[in-house]
Amino acid sequence: MSVGIQAFGGYVPQLRLDRASIAAAHAWFNPGLKGLGKGERAMANWDEDAITMAVAAARDCLGTNSTVELGGVYLASTSLPFQDRQNAGVIAEALLLGSDLLTLDIAGSQRAGTSALSAALAMAAGGGKPLLVTAAEKRRARAASPIEMTTGDAGAALLVGEGDGVAKLLGRHTKAVDFVDHYRGQDEAFDYTWEERWIRDEGYMKLVPAAAEAAMQAAGVSGADINHFCFPAAMRRVAGGLAKKLGIADEAVRDNLQANLGEAGAAHGLVMLVHALEEAAPGDNILVTGFGQGCDALVFEVTDAIKTTRPEVGIGGYLKRGRTETNYNRYLAHNDLIEMERGLRAEMDKQTGMTTLYRNKEMILSLMGGKCSQCGTVQFPKTNVCVNPNCSAVGTQEEYPLSGASAKLNSFTSDRLTYSPDPPAYYGMVQFDDGGRSMTDITDVDPAVGLEVGMPMHLTFRVKDYDAKRGFRRYYWKAAPDAAAKGD
Amino acid sequence: MATGISDKVAILGMGCSKFGERWNDNAEDLMLEAFTEALGDSGIEKDRIEAAWFSTAIEEQHVGKSGIPLAMALRLPYIPVTRVENYCASGSEAFRGAVYAVASGACDIALALGVEKLKDTGYGGLPQRSRGALNDQFWANASAPGSFAQLASAYCSKHGISAQDLKRAMAHVSVKSHDNGAKNPKAHLRNKIDEDKVLNAPMVAEPLGLFDCCGVSDGAACAIVTTPEIARSLGKTDLITVKALQLSVSNGTEAQHNSWDGSYFMTTRKAAERAYKEAGITNPREQLSLIEVHDCFSITELVTMEDLHVSPEGGAVKDIMDGFYDADGPVPCQIDGGLKCFGHPIGASGLRMIYEMYLQMQGRAGERQRADEPVFGLTHNLGGFPHQNVCSIAIVGKEGA
Repeated sequence: MSVGIQAFGGYVPQLRLDRASIAAAHAWFNPGLKGLGKGERAMANWDEDAITMAVAAARDCLGTNSTVELGGVYLASTSLPFQDRQNAGVIAEALLLGSDLLTLDIAGSQRAGTSALSAALAMAAGGGKPLLVTAAEKRRARAASPIEMTTGDAGAALLVGEGDGVAKLLGRHTKAVDFVDHYRGQDEAFDYTWEERWIRDEGYMKLVPAAAEAAMQAAGVSGADINHFCFPAAMRRVAGGLAKKLGIADEAVRDNLQANLGEAGAAHGLVMLVHALEEAAPGDNILVTGFGQGCDALVFEVTDAIKTTRPEVGIGGYLKRGRTETNYNRYLAHNDLIEMERGLRAEMDKQTGMTTLYRNKEMILSLMGGKCSQCGTVQFPKTNVCVNPNCSAVGTQEEYPLSGASAKLNSFTSDRLTYSPDPPAYYGMVQFDDGGRSMTDITDVDPAVGLEVGMPMHLTFRVKDYDAKRGFRRYYWKAAPDAAAKGD
Repeated sequence: MATGISDKVAILGMGCSKFGERWNDNAEDLMLEAFTEALGDSGIEKDRIEAAWFSTAIEEQHVGKSGIPLAMALRLPYIPVTRVENYCASGSEAFRGAVYAVASGACDIALALGVEKLKDTGYGGLPQRSRGALNDQFWANASAPGSFAQLASAYCSKHGISAQDLKRAMAHVSVKSHDNGAKNPKAHLRNKIDEDKVLNAPMVAEPLGLFDCCGVSDGAACAIVTTPEIARSLGKTDLITVKALQLSVSNGTEAQHNSWDGSYFMTTRKAAERAYKEAGITNPREQLSLIEVHDCFSITELVTMEDLHVSPEGGAVKDIMDGFYDADGPVPCQIDGGLKCFGHPIGASGLRMIYEMYLQMQGRAGERQRADEPVFGLTHNLGGFPHQNVCSIAIVGKEGA
């Protein structure tokens, strides 16, 4: 029984931090960083994290109104928002996947993404419903550290299951070796990193070939058969050296997206794989690796189905839809790397009642609305009495999901009085095209474009509030202009 | 069949503290200031008051919950005191409670007192606070100016008016209120401003700038009401009576049903229609002498002119620019400076509006006294957000008018 990738998608946040702005800020301290100060790195908005980016990538993969039944959802990341509350479980709620599935967080290594994919493929081989593998990363980096320059925030999602799909698994292999190029101990905010030359010579150049050769052998292909080689590391010239060692053609080495995205940590292998699938032709062979305390290597053969199965936007699509950010201070603030005076209004207690949240989780996490079985009116939230003034029927509301609904803006403002981590706060009355409306927060507004009445909007899963006092964060759906997401 | 409130209850006395940043006064001091004036005006002793209604909206910033703070501040003789809260329309609710108590015959003389002490938050504007355990999890991160500002985008879109023309009319609203407030010794803001100052002010919530927003103030206002017969027996003549008291509360249609376009107040239209009927007013544009509306923001006042059916729909901009609502115009609006300049101590505001009508009808409004003798005065007190709010309308006037 063959297994393969059935669908794929990705997500890159809208903001792209100009690396020259980082280098300029640190030039007084470490002029050497100037060498890395080229291009842009993807930068999550203040309301994005590994969970929200994974949800966005999953929607890109499955489609925003998917009804596919899944056997499980994995989330791979080393920047999981919760240490103890299953992060993948939040994704399953947001995607309305029901409760009969295996949800699993996979963490602890930069190869968590490829390891999650490998594990899911192994599980899929046993039959059953397809599995969704998501990976997303928002790595914290010390100011003036090299990884502040080389990393970027992004997510990817792959649906795997029985059958060849768009890319059939030919072989895979993992070398597990406790090679500690960097680490982050419990309760530590930042990575501790060893010398690059050692990582290159003893890590990349020895462990990657060992895993890749074993995977290619299992796949029955040689280096010359590989059309796309995904090596998700930021270090320059290493991928080319590895290709040479493996007998892979130079032109098969894929762009590691360092120029316009950055290396997305545990997600980056899958980000590069999704990007490769977007550009691959039937018959192409893809080798994807993931490095971290050893190395994962997986070989896929792209099928004819690639012609008809596409993500909604894809990594390539999102890469074209960025907005350059030249203010390094905004990055520092969004990543809690600078002590900002947030004002007295920011002191409001953001405690979330777990009972309140649980009782209303379909409404909050899935944006579940209601539709009256008597008059057909759609409303949000779903309540016991129909909102239609000419109906008011009691107990007639059927579940009606709104997270994928198209919508338009009825009224809006940009507010500089209310506390927002990124003022002004945008919000307005968002009206769903097929009924229902909500006065809701609006995110990813390009100030140069602004908002206008009638503007098409879509919904996106985001952090609503941070409760810094208790380490909790609330998630909810916000509206975003279609123009911003789709880059038209 | 209910016959309405018209002429069943008379105002016996009213009082209002100075509004403003009362750094050195507690809420209790403000309550006593308003009450002392009202009691003196009524000519009765405190022990004639049989029941009281007490309004505050953001009580956690000052007195806390219940009717006890009023009873303690005034040392009321163990009479019933009911504390009411209905957002920024709380003051009108206290008045409604007292008036209905008298009209029902349950008591002869009743007190309504509202207070708010807002300048103890450490920052300008209304306090940022929880909106409820579940609401906090999905409501927009909205401030009051940001909520009301949206009227402007929806109004422009509906009426095809340019944002610049609307902003200019909104500026006129504020300039007019500052002109009026300058003549009011109890007003919080007494400075005159011009259109340029309004148009060039820092943005608070697009398109509302600093001068499109009312002040946040400390203050108290108070009314003592009784029946016309008792008022006359106490030697009062030329009585000011209550003609209408209406309240309309959103049921979620605006917030959740796509029939509302966001450019007006459904509640105000419904409350106004009922109030005119209750007061026997058939042509508000001709019959109303004065109006005091809930001008929390300039755009609120502008759209309210239409919702009250004084300006035709889409015609508020023209009326405002023509000076229709200026102090010397046909129907002055905010002749005391309004929320904009008299100030907005939430729990007191509804009562403050009625206080101004009461003074004007008695010819006691000093420098800002309307020359034409007022007959009918309408007050409009709003609470919440355009998409879900409570709207209270009171009409007071000369007895028998």
